[in-house]
Amino acid sequence: MHAIRIEGLQKRFGKVQALDGLTLSVKEGVVFGFLGPNGAGKTTTIRILSGLAHADGGQAWVADQPVGVAQGLLARRIGYLPEDPTFYNWMSPAEFLDYVGALFGLTRPKRAARCRELLQLVGLAEHSKRRIAGFSRGMRQRLGIAQALLNRAPVLFLDEPASALDPVGRKEVLDLIAGLREQCTVFMSTHILADVERVCDSVGIISRGRLVAEADQAELLSRYAAPVFELEAESEYARPVQAWAGSLRSLAWVRGVTVDGVVARVTVADVERAKRELLPAAIQAGLILKRYEMVRPSLEDVFLRLVGQGEVRA
Amino acid sequence: MTFQASLRKELLEQWRSYRMPIAVVVLVSLALVSPLSARFTPELMKLLPNGEEIAKLIPPPTIMDAVTQHIKNTTQFALILAILMSMGAVAVEKDKGTAAMILVKPLPRWAFLLSKFVALALTLAVSILLAGLACYYYTLILFGPLPLMAWCALNVLLLLQVWLYVALTLLCSTLTRSQAAAGGLAFGLIALLAILGSLPRVGDYLPARLTGWGMELVAGGSAQAWIALWVTLALIGAALGTACLSFRAQEL
Repeated sequence: MHAIRIEGLQKRFGKVQALDGLTLSVKEGVVFGFLGPNGAGKTTTIRILSGLAHADGGQAWVADQPVGVAQGLLARRIGYLPEDPTFYNWMSPAEFLDYVGALFGLTRPKRAARCRELLQLVGLAEHSKRRIAGFSRGMRQRLGIAQALLNRAPVLFLDEPASALDPVGRKEVLDLIAGLREQCTVFMSTHILADVERVCDSVGIISRGRLVAEADQAELLSRYAAPVFELEAESEYARPVQAWAGSLRSLAWVRGVTVDGVVARVTVADVERAKRELLPAAIQAGLILKRYEMVRPSLEDVFLRLVGQGEVRA
Repeated sequence: MTFQASLRKELLEQWRSYRMPIAVVVLVSLALVSPLSARFTPELMKLLPNGEEIAKLIPPPTIMDAVTQHIKNTTQFALILAILMSMGAVAVEKDKGTAAMILVKPLPRWAFLLSKFVALALTLAVSILLAGLACYYYTLILFGPLPLMAWCALNVLLLLQVWLYVALTLLCSTLTRSQAAAGGLAFGLIALLAILGSLPRVGDYLPARLTGWGMELVAGGSAQAWIALWVTLALIGAALGTACLSFRAQEL
């Protein structure tokens, strides 16, 4: 079963085509990382899926509810955390959550119990009566997550939930998100690859309003991440490394080589052949190596390759 | 249910942000000053150099001077309060992002808007009610009793005019993302209504006629301006309806 289905979503802002036929689906109960560079259309997608903006074309369903038809029904099935959550600064977190609970029609005792539970979960219980005005960015983010969870929605939209946080705040928020796995479907947009690698089960990569890849994280890595070997020579070998890299580029099993000082990064098409031939080739070229290793392909390699910013320079 | 929750939040905000206490203090203070200034202006003039001569030119104060002063003060300051309190109501929430945060919940946009109108309308109603009571009391002490029913009618008519200012400012706040733009636009609309209201014949059917009607009632006259009253109510409804329709179509 799919928690989210998007078919050919279109959105234009003046001359900018923000979404250009976006199509994707997200399975129930997963943490889905919606990855893309700034301006790729991540926030626009979330705003449309949560009913805050209208699509120019295409269709979408969230928790079996068509988007843009009955906002009241959709609102009961989603939780939403904007990129920069803002609150009524004169309220306390307990008052804000109580207000949100009242909007969902919870009775006063149920609201009180749910507020206590959520404030405990996000670590704000001891600040429950403080004014939000004095909260740090991390505390606001955690309160934002609490309000998004209040109605136990089957689908949660989190727009860049950890982008502006310090390492401690980021860890707390990501741990919180990881803990939501299988309780609900989390659709999390971000441009921070490390966050996706840490918590997401599956990933969609968007570029210029189009989905360029969508798969489970491991599958994505095996499908798109080209194997890379790194060699580091002694410090006086910068020129020989440069010359050797030039000679490698003509080989059929080499897809590309980049050189940074005495470090050569070789992307290969045939791993077995590279394992047999790369090291002898370096020794034959007279290089004295400090380091030689096969680098684990990362989501960053896939991302840079797919969004066309980091295609290996040959 | 959601409307009630939103209204409760708006009223709490009126109180916590000191808007309600400030509106009450401003209008009640002016209401107390109105009969005082009407009654003692000649005495104050006598304190000026050559003031005795000037004071002789001023006719003896009457109870209607107190009423006129009250109407002038209330309409001017309630207009300022209505614009200042309403101009950011929607525009600021859209700009800051709180509107987006709240409107993804099951709160219809009309309920979000109307709860703001009702909260502002109640705040100004309480302020004008207390100001009316204060003015009535001081006028009673300084000049004698005012006709109670006519006085109540005058204050209700003043209140209707102020509600119209709130509705128009809320409309402008809905149409823009800047509270300064909303305030300027609202001031322009209200000024236009005031200019139209001062035109002969046309003015008899416009909201500006309501204060004149109220004053005539207090003076014991029997003039009526029901059309102006219905036009005012229709304008309030039209402003709020337009605001709701416009807001429903907006992206947040």
